[in-house]
Amino acid sequence: MTGQRIDRRRFLRGLGLGAAAVGASRLLAACGGGSTGLSGDQGGGQASGGASGPKPALNVWYHQYGEAGTQQAVMRYAKEYPDATVKVQWTPGDYTSKLNAGLVSTSGPDVFESQLNIDQVKSGQVVALDDIIGDVKSDYTEADLKSSTVDGKIYQVKMVDDMGVLYYRKSILDKAGVMPPASIDDLISASKALNTKDQKGLFIGNDAGVTPSFGGGSLLGPILWTVGGDYLTADNKPGFTTPEVKESFAKMRELFLSKSILLGAPTDWWDPSSFTQGLAAMQWCGLWAMPGIQKTIGDDFGVVAWPAFSASVGKPSTFLGGWGAMVSAKSANVDAAKAYIKWLWIDNTKDQEDFNLSYGFHIPPRKSLAAQASKLQSGPAADALKIFNDDAVANNPAWTPKMNNAYADAATAIVRKGGDIDSNLANAEKAVNAELNRLFG
Amino acid sequence: MSAPTLAAPAADMAPPAQRGRGRISGVTSAFWLFVGPFVVGLVIFVYVPIAWSVILSFSRAQNTVTPGDWVGLQNYIDLLRPGPFLDSLITFTIFAAFIVPLTFVLSLGLALLLNQVRIMRAFFRSVYFLPTACSYVVASLVWKLSIFNGVRFGLANTVLSWFGVDNIAWLATTSPPWYWLVIVTVRLWLQIGFYMILFLAGLQRISPELYEAAAVDGARNAWQTFRYITFPQLRATSVAVLLLLLINAYQAFDEFFNLVGNSSFARPPLVYLYYTAQFNQDFGHGTAGAVILALLIMIVTLAQGRIFGFGRAE
Repeated sequence: MTGQRIDRRRFLRGLGLGAAAVGASRLLAACGGGSTGLSGDQGGGQASGGASGPKPALNVWYHQYGEAGTQQAVMRYAKEYPDATVKVQWTPGDYTSKLNAGLVSTSGPDVFESQLNIDQVKSGQVVALDDIIGDVKSDYTEADLKSSTVDGKIYQVKMVDDMGVLYYRKSILDKAGVMPPASIDDLISASKALNTKDQKGLFIGNDAGVTPSFGGGSLLGPILWTVGGDYLTADNKPGFTTPEVKESFAKMRELFLSKSILLGAPTDWWDPSSFTQGLAAMQWCGLWAMPGIQKTIGDDFGVVAWPAFSASVGKPSTFLGGWGAMVSAKSANVDAAKAYIKWLWIDNTKDQEDFNLSYGFHIPPRKSLAAQASKLQSGPAADALKIFNDDAVANNPAWTPKMNNAYADAATAIVRKGGDIDSNLANAEKAVNAELNRLFG
Repeated sequence: MSAPTLAAPAADMAPPAQRGRGRISGVTSAFWLFVGPFVVGLVIFVYVPIAWSVILSFSRAQNTVTPGDWVGLQNYIDLLRPGPFLDSLITFTIFAAFIVPLTFVLSLGLALLLNQVRIMRAFFRSVYFLPTACSYVVASLVWKLSIFNGVRFGLANTVLSWFGVDNIAWLATTSPPWYWLVIVTVRLWLQIGFYMILFLAGLQRISPELYEAAAVDGARNAWQTFRYITFPQLRATSVAVLLLLLINAYQAFDEFFNLVGNSSFARPPLVYLYYTAQFNQDFGHGTAGAVILALLIMIVTLAQGRIFGFGRAE
């Protein structure tokens, strides 16, 4: 009896500890963020990876594209791929912070979409992709290559190119006798002229275009580009403290104070609802929204670039955004991950065209594909493609999120709070210089 | 899951001890069986991360959480210079100056009123307590999208339009700073009920004899009774409520994050640190800020305990 009880006690003790250990390790794994589902369906096969063994498993992370059908499309591509078992992680909400956490942990993605910045390279988070892009490098635009390159190596394969356009309702502008704006002064006066009790003149985001959270901060670039400036100069010095930029900020403050811009709308600038539902007569929004806009209001709209500052200063501009596919350096299957990117985003032009043009509108990064895409050949889409080719400004990977936040703090203080232009930009310049110093010594 | 397997042995374990046949080793192992998982969890998920953060805060950790590139106190020095982190502490101070006294007074007032109510007590108590069960994120979104949105069909703007007032963009207007109204009201709605329950519990502990004695001694009106009996008797509760309110205010995150995002004009410390660590991937400064904040909370808590005698025997 006694012996029995001790045995049982030992057994229970072991069981309790075991259960605790299992519970704890499960919790630990769950912290890694969604990748744990793999181990269940794959058994022990996933780590082997080689050509002769079972198919490698790849974890591929996406943010949530808003247009219906995109998730199904991405799932379909994953299923079509013959050489690996691809598990898609589709992330609604705060993708950036989830991705960043995934990349510093060991349970992150193998392949992920993001925008390249220099710290990802410096800290060894991403793998160079020159070998898979080699043959078709010349089929990408200069701007795309510039935003994909750090120290002469390419780290991302662009999947979609995005751009912004200023949408305007033709009928409303005609009725008010207003021309599509060709300068910032035009824009301000048009916005005022189109402003009524129930319909604001212009929508540039609930943050007035200057606060980068939840996809905001849409005008942080155009404020600089409209006067011919940029975040960083060609030799990587702060480029946002010139007298022209300061004038541009003064104009943005004037626009904000005109009370003609829409603020506090239920959706933000990247969603066309405010425009299509008549909350604003003009909206700065992405090309991706064009199919949705066409569906709701037909042909009653046109697009222009973000205008030049004036007839003599600056030039029209738009951002070159979009997403690039990258490989995590922590992946257990780097080669398989590269092969998947090559298969889908370099070789597979059918799926690329489908993904870029069947749901929202994006511009296929392969020049040959963009040139023959029939949906971009006529109407406002063709105007947008022309704006893209003439006016899109490439990301500089050396412009880090930290620099952007420092600059955006200044922009937010100036435009939304009426802060002093000189001192706020000088503060941002100090922070950006510290970062540049860290990066380039 | 592992929960059932854990529950079963725990249930079996109890009888021998109850029968009084358990020896010291049995008691010890039972102790560890019950306490162990909790301690393991606490160590793994609380103490290790805290220690890791402290170590990381002396390191330059850009895009990595592995310490190594030691920079001494540089991260702390950077943060304590005039800049966004100190601004965020100012934001917090403004927020606390609004929210702490307001919640205190309103929840105490509600508790006093509820204590007087003779009918449907449980109903009123539940009604005021219910918002506590609501998530900050959900409440923030309701406030942002339906009550205080900036267009004509927002609830607040609809009501104002009856009086001929133009639409107000509540969260985007910085002069006057209407966004404070939104931020403060959402938190008031969420937390008043909880503190009201604390006060109610405190009120019910006050002995009725004290009020009778006061009446005999000539306390003339409700105010005198409150001033000389009720409020002093609520001292322990009041101190606890103040302490919790202040710590909660320091830790404000959800409603700021969801209502105004990364706005430099209304960004409390945690939101700033969140963006520093998660978006800038600057974990060195992020953890240094977290350590500073933790120390601040500890100092304030201890100081408050000293001044008001938190936990002192009555």
